[in-house]
Amino acid sequence: METILFYVLAVVTLLSAVFVIFLRRPIHNVLFMILTMIGLATLFILLHAEFIAMVQIIVYAGAVMVLFLFVIMLLNLEEIDLPREPRPLRWGFGVILSLALVVMLFPVFKSIAPIINGVAQNGDLAAASNLDLIAKELFTTYLLPFEIASFLLLAAIIGTVVIGRKLTKS
Amino acid sequence: MVTLEHYLVLSALLFALGIAGVMLRRNLIVILMSLELMMNAVNLSFVAFSRYLGSIEGQIFVLFVMVVAAAEVAVGLAIAVAVFKQRGTININDISLLKW
Repeated sequence: METILFYVLAVVTLLSAVFVIFLRRPIHNVLFMILTMIGLATLFILLHAEFIAMVQIIVYAGAVMVLFLFVIMLLNLEEIDLPREPRPLRWGFGVILSLALVVMLFPVFKSIAPIINGVAQNGDLAAASNLDLIAKELFTTYLLPFEIASFLLLAAIIGTVVIGRKLTKS
Repeated sequence: MVTLEHYLVLSALLFALGIAGVMLRRNLIVILMSLELMMNAVNLSFVAFSRYLGSIEGQIFVLFVMVVAAAEVAVGLAIAVAVFKQRGTININDISLLKW
């Protein structure tokens, strides 16, 4: 059952990611990106990471993608203004290069995965609630990175306001 | 039985799709979206490792990656809007002032 579910979700996620890259109109890209995010969130639930799955849906499928939609709406590109995509030769070249990356990664998996599969399934994650564990670690061991992350978000807010401000003539 | 390899291969394929998007597309917004796709692929392998190693650290790192991704998207899209206001285009071939 879990295996069938994994394969269905993986195919949906990969197909929508392919559409994100290869469809021409940005609005279609964003809609398929939302589908990819939801597929990933369900994969996280399959991995017993419920909190991350919820954050994925709220932050990515909710906030980030709505931001993209707003920017596309603001720019309001007509068909004529859409950037011309490169020639087939370059498409083929790019696809071959990214496939080469995947081929390069496979030996790494082959060497890492059996070791970890041997260690795995000691099951202390399933005992306590996922949210409990994350909260405990986040507010004790990882408190300093947590605070730094909040500063990063503050910097991003200020930076966005400064960049997005109306240009003054000087 | 779904093993760690399944998730790692899926994650690698998603990452390669993100790289292909960055290399192939000329639309600044789609390139930002491909970056998001790559970060999501990395998140997937973090969560898979967290599950199969029985440790919560992977999921905490995913939270920090999400924070960075959100900040990056906000600033990146603000830059895209500013560039569009000034140049009237988001084709990255036309925005090559800083490209040696």
